[in-house]
Amino acid sequence: MLKQSDTILPAEGETVDDSVLALDGITKTFPGVKALAEVSLRLFPGKVTALVGENGAGKSTVVKILTGIYQPDGGTILVNGQPTTFRVPQAAADHGVTAIHQETVLFDELSVAENIFLGHAPRGSFGLIDLKTMNSKARQILEEIGAQIDPEHKLKDLGIANKHLVAIARALSIDARVVIMDEPTAALSHKEIEELYELVERLKTQGKAILFISHKFDEIFRIADNYTVFRDGQLIGNGAIADVTEAELVKMMVGRDVSQIFPKRSANPGEVVLKVSDYAHPTEFDGIGFTLRKGEILGFYGLVGAGRSEFMQSLFGITRASGGTVEIEGAPVQIKSPADAVDSGIVYVPEDRGKQGAILDLPIFQNVTLPSLGRISSKGFLKLAEEFKLAREYTERLDLRAASLDTPVGNLSGGNQQKVVIAKWLATKPKVIILDEPTKGVDIGSKAAVHEFMAELAAQGLAVVMVSSEIPEVLGMSDRVIVMREGRIAAELAGDDLQPETLVRHAAGI
Amino acid sequence: MLKRFITSREALLIGAIILLLALISSRFPGFIAPGNLANVFNDTSPLILLAIGQMIVILTKCIDLSVAANVALSGMVVSMVNVAAPGLPIAFILVIAVGLGTLLGMFNGLLVWKLAIPPIVVTLGTMTIFRGIIFVISDGKWVNSHEMSDAFKAFPRTEILGLPVLGWIAIIAVVGFTVVMTRTTLGRAFYAAGGNPHAATYAGINVGKTQFWAFTISGALAGLTGYLWVSRFAVSYVDIAGGFELDVVAACVIGGVSIMGGIGTVAGALLGALFLGIIKNALPVVDISPFWQLAISGGAIIIAVALNAQSNREKGRIILKRAEQAT
Repeated sequence: MLKQSDTILPAEGETVDDSVLALDGITKTFPGVKALAEVSLRLFPGKVTALVGENGAGKSTVVKILTGIYQPDGGTILVNGQPTTFRVPQAAADHGVTAIHQETVLFDELSVAENIFLGHAPRGSFGLIDLKTMNSKARQILEEIGAQIDPEHKLKDLGIANKHLVAIARALSIDARVVIMDEPTAALSHKEIEELYELVERLKTQGKAILFISHKFDEIFRIADNYTVFRDGQLIGNGAIADVTEAELVKMMVGRDVSQIFPKRSANPGEVVLKVSDYAHPTEFDGIGFTLRKGEILGFYGLVGAGRSEFMQSLFGITRASGGTVEIEGAPVQIKSPADAVDSGIVYVPEDRGKQGAILDLPIFQNVTLPSLGRISSKGFLKLAEEFKLAREYTERLDLRAASLDTPVGNLSGGNQQKVVIAKWLATKPKVIILDEPTKGVDIGSKAAVHEFMAELAAQGLAVVMVSSEIPEVLGMSDRVIVMREGRIAAELAGDDLQPETLVRHAAGI
Repeated sequence: MLKRFITSREALLIGAIILLLALISSRFPGFIAPGNLANVFNDTSPLILLAIGQMIVILTKCIDLSVAANVALSGMVVSMVNVAAPGLPIAFILVIAVGLGTLLGMFNGLLVWKLAIPPIVVTLGTMTIFRGIIFVISDGKWVNSHEMSDAFKAFPRTEILGLPVLGWIAIIAVVGFTVVMTRTTLGRAFYAAGGNPHAATYAGINVGKTQFWAFTISGALAGLTGYLWVSRFAVSYVDIAGGFELDVVAACVIGGVSIMGGIGTVAGALLGALFLGIIKNALPVVDISPFWQLAISGGAIIIAVALNAQSNREKGRIILKRAEQAT
C-alpha cells in the first residue's frame, strides 16, 4: 500500500525533504480579506500534526488548498519535496491527499461500499461497476480500521459514529498518504472518540501523515506529535508538541493587541430589559438564564456548535423552546414566532446575512420596512408615503449611499447590503438587538465601523446581545460575557475575569 | 425612472407585441382594427385572469397545476346549478363559482402549508381529483347550450362600451391585483416569501401561510373563470380547458415571472397572456396551421426563459466590473 521509501525520521532531523506534503509561503486572498499570508505547513509520514487556531484563523482555507478546492495565489505545494499544483480536487486525491470533513459529505441512499468508492469504483466488463470486487474491497478496508459495518448496508441505517468511520474508509480507499481530519470528534461520544484515537494510532503505524484540526486541547496533547498555530491567516508557531505547554499554545492562539481598534465606551447600564430564565430546547441547549440591561453589550462566546446561535434563534421564535420564560421590562412574553419577537421588541440580525438577511430582488425601501409593515399600514393597505419616510429615516441614519431607494438590494455592494439589513431591524424600534457574528466575513476597515455603530446603539439605550467567535471582539466590545459550552452556560464573566485565556478555558472545558 | 422602464421586462414585451401586431397586419390589415383587437382581448381574458393567480403562486416559489381542472369543476357545478334552478340570479352563480374555486384553492394551499408537500405534487394530485369529481357529479355527460338559461349565457357577452363583460372583468382584475400586489402588506409578503424565504421568516412573515393565500387567490380566480368559460362557450363537460394550465404557466414565464420565485408583476402576467392570445388568434388568419401554434408558443417560452437567464447573468458581470474598478 505504502511505498517503504517514506522513511520515518525523528523530529530534530526533519527537513523539507522528509515531509510527504508541505506548504511553502502560501498566500490566499479573497475580495477584501487576506485569508492566508505566506503560511507554511509540514506533514511527516507516521506523524500527527495538530493545526490550531481560532475561528477565522485560516484553517479551513488551508484544508481547501491541500485538497485542491482552492488555488493559492502564491507559494508552493510540495509533495515529497517536489513542487506540485492541485488544480482540481482529483489531482490532490491522485497524490494521496484526502480529507475527512467536519460534516461528513456522504450519500444516505447509497450503500456503504458505494459511498466508499464513489468516483473511483472498480470497473468490470463493459465499464460497469464491479459490485463484487467493490464490496469485498470495502469490507477489507473497513476491517483494516476495525469497523464492524456491512458494506452492503445503506448509509442511512448507520449511526453518526459509523458514518464517520465510512468517511474515514472512503479517505483510505484511495491509498491515502496524507489524511486530513477536520474536527473529527465534534459529533462523537466519549467512547467513540477513544476508538477514533486508536484508529489514528493505527494510521500512524501504517506511515500515513495526519493533519489533525481541533479546538480541544486535551485531544491535541493526547495524539499529536507536532503542532502548527495559525492566527489571522498567519503562521504564529510550530514545533514538537512535547516542547510546548497548554498555556503557551493558548497564548499563541489568541495573544494579540486587543485594545487598539475598539471604541471607548463608558459602561453605564440602566434597568433590566430582558430576563431569560431556564430556557431549554430538547436537543440544542438547556438551562440558559441571564439578564440584560439597557445600554449594555452582552457577549456570547463559545466554540462552533456550543449552541449559541441555536439559543438565539429560539429566543427569536424561529424554533420552539421546550421550557423557560422570557420577560421584557418585567412583563412575561410568549414568543412563538419571529413576528411575536419583533412585537415584543426583540430583533435578530442573523449570521448568514446573504441567506437570511436581505431580499435581493426587492428595492431598498421595501427591504427596510419589511418587518415594520404592520406599523405603516391600515387594514392591510400600505401607506406609501409613511413607508418611504421610514425607509429614508433609517437609511440616512446608517449613511447608506445609493442612487435611489428604488434600487434593488442585489445591486448594492456587500457593505451597503449589510446596512440595509441593520436599517431594517432598527426601523422596528427594538429594545433588544441580537447580532450574530456581526463582523464575520467583513474586512478590517468595515469591522471598526460595525463596532463603532454597536457602541452607538448601546449608548442610545438599546440592549445589545453579540454572538461572536472572535475573542478580541468579544473582549473589546462586551460589558459582560457569557461563555457557552455544549448547550449550557459554562461561565459568566465580567471585569478582570475577561481574559483571553479564561474564555478559551471555559469554552473548551479545560 | 423612464430609463428603467425602457429597459424593463414589460417594455420589452410591449415592443414584442407591437412588432407581432405589425407583422400580422402586413399580411392581414384587418387584424388591428379596434373591433378585432377588442375581440382578441376578450378572447384572452380567461388566460389573463388565470395568469394573474398563477403569477402570485409562482412568486411564492410554488406552482398551481390544478387551475384548469378548477375552472372545469367550478364551471360544471354552476352549469348544473343553473340547470336545476334556472331562475337563480347571476350574482348567486358568481358567488357559488368564486366560493367553490376559493375552497379548492384553499385545499391546495392547506396541503402545501400544513403538510409541507411539494406544490407540484399537490396540484398534480388535485388536478386529477378535480377532473374525477366532475366525472362523478356529471356522470360524464355534457351540459349543453339549450339546457342553460339565457341570463346565464348572456352575462359574459353583454357589451359595455364595445367590450364584453368578460373583457371588463379581466381589466378590473388587472387593476385590482396591481393594487393588491403593490399597495398591501399581503402583496409585499408574496414577494418577500418567494424572494428569500429565510429572510422573510426572520422578518416575521409566515411563509407557509403566505403560500396558502397565493393558492387561495389562484383558486378564486379559477372559480370565477370557470363560470365565465362555460357560459361563454355555452357548454360544460369533463375535459373543458384540458391542458390550459400549461398555457397559464407559459403566459407567466413569457411575462417575466421568475420560476424561482420573488420576481413578477401583474402587468407582466397580462402582457405574457396577451402575447400568447395574439399568436393564437392570428395564426388562423395569416394562414398558418393552428398545429404550429403549440410549437410557436413553446418557442416563445424558451426565448423568454433564455432572455431572463441572460439578463441575470449580465447583472453578475456588472457587479464584477464594479469590483474591479473599486480595487
